[in-house]
Amino acid sequence: MTIRPASDRSLHVVFGDRIATDSYAAVTRLMHGLAGARGILNLHPAYASVLIDFDPRRYTHEQMETLVRERLELPSPPDPEPRQVDIPVEFGGECGPDLEDVARHTGLAPEGVVERFTAAVYEVYFVGFSTCFPYLGGLPAELATPRLSAPRKNVPEGSVAIGGQQAGVYPLASPGGWRLIGRTRLRLFDPQAVPPPLLRMGDRIRFVPEAQATGGGGLDERRETLPEARRETLPEARRKTLPEARRETLPEVRG
Amino acid sequence: MNTVRIVSPGLQTTVQDLGRFGWAHFGISASGAADAFALRAGNLLVGNAENAAAVEMTLMGAAFEFEANIVVSLTGSDFGAGLPLWSAMEVKAGQTLRCGPSQSGARCYLCVRGGIAVPKVMGSASTHVMTGVGGRPLRAGDLLPIGNEAIRRPRATKGIPALGDGALRVTDGPQAESFADELYRSAYTVSEESNRMGLRLRGAAIASPAGQMLTEGAPLGAVQVPPDGQPIILFVEHQTTGGYPKPANVISADFRRLGQLRPRDRVTFERVTIEQALRLLQQQEQWLYGI
Repeated sequence: MTIRPASDRSLHVVFGDRIATDSYAAVTRLMHGLAGARGILNLHPAYASVLIDFDPRRYTHEQMETLVRERLELPSPPDPEPRQVDIPVEFGGECGPDLEDVARHTGLAPEGVVERFTAAVYEVYFVGFSTCFPYLGGLPAELATPRLSAPRKNVPEGSVAIGGQQAGVYPLASPGGWRLIGRTRLRLFDPQAVPPPLLRMGDRIRFVPEAQATGGGGLDERRETLPEARRETLPEARRKTLPEARRETLPEVRG
Repeated sequence: MNTVRIVSPGLQTTVQDLGRFGWAHFGISASGAADAFALRAGNLLVGNAENAAAVEMTLMGAAFEFEANIVVSLTGSDFGAGLPLWSAMEVKAGQTLRCGPSQSGARCYLCVRGGIAVPKVMGSASTHVMTGVGGRPLRAGDLLPIGNEAIRRPRATKGIPALGDGALRVTDGPQAESFADELYRSAYTVSEESNRMGLRLRGAAIASPAGQMLTEGAPLGAVQVPPDGQPIILFVEHQTTGGYPKPANVISADFRRLGQLRPRDRVTFERVTIEQALRLLQQQEQWLYGI
């Protein structure tokens, strides 16, 4: 483990330089240990590290490092029962323009790719990047496909993708270089929902082909496993402040 | 409820406070005022708590009409309103406060005594422009409710704090050892593609070890260098994790200068220690406490 300042108001705790079970376990232990600590403004977990943003008026880096070491000594909490979330996906065609390429690269038929992809159970290692992007572990090794050499300028919202040995879902339209094999209509980030993020660290994900999802009750299953709050709608006042804002493009900053 | 009406919206005018903390592990950065120092000073001048919500204007200011007499302040850059900056003043019912193009830096804040009382979303009134969390940029005709959360008497003024125009001060980032000192050797220009997510710089390419590291957390003010060697300073709506190496991080005391950078401005970097950075921050805090 190395602990060092990332800035004058943050500390970077690194447990390793690759994706490994023990370093990821340390990440979850530290996330749990620091939950609710006063003066910590934000925690950024990743595969093998946690970045801690703190209020420099409340902590020095040395004090924060001491706190980190103390909290890592605490006994690990029993693993909570992970939430199971089914994500309905329409594979191939317009929704998954790279499915054929993944099939070619892996030597499988497109149906074979979908079959293996949907047979696996994925774990949300962490959520980050830009707005609720879930980094998923559990992609079957035979489906690993390199990223595009030139990223797309605009990946549609809900795109389900393979990037090297990782799988992920784009919560918002954004640029991206992963291979798009399908698309979900489930919103991973919904500003109208409370809370807006759907997935969190530790969730277990299954991808369900759309036809089965609607016919076979995959969505209902997912809803049952979600906490009640997620489905609450927002008070009227709040909705008025959010008219289709997120679809707007960012005004360009000009001189 | 007393209101302020947006007569014309300017280029990108939003409601901001000091940010929405505690959501980085969902990939949602804090957002909040791009020049938090100016927002805090403006709030203190009108007698608000420093975290009260106010209006942030970018490059081209907005025009506002007030329903009732109210104490306001304009802080940050001069947007040509023809009114004193960095001081509390009273505007009259029916009067229009009109800001125009910036005469200096990128941002100007209108703080209103009592605060802007839009509903808080996930604990903050700030607008995260990219995601729409907290609302959207203001439009003509929008009515903003004014709260009653003033906590003390307004203060006239404490003078205009110098912004400083030397090099941006940085401390070493997590991958500082993987870089030569190219970042410190030449000047960079702020690109037109900059926004609240990131300030994109153009200049001499920096040799970057991009592509060799595992995705990790990224803090506000991080200078990251993608494979093309053109640095990006992560700003208030930054991504929470990333895989590009970070040779440096802008110090907290210079965040206000990031908020005032405009496209085509030139920047250079200077390395300082964490101790120096914290001393500079403390000086800035002392100025604020003196209001």
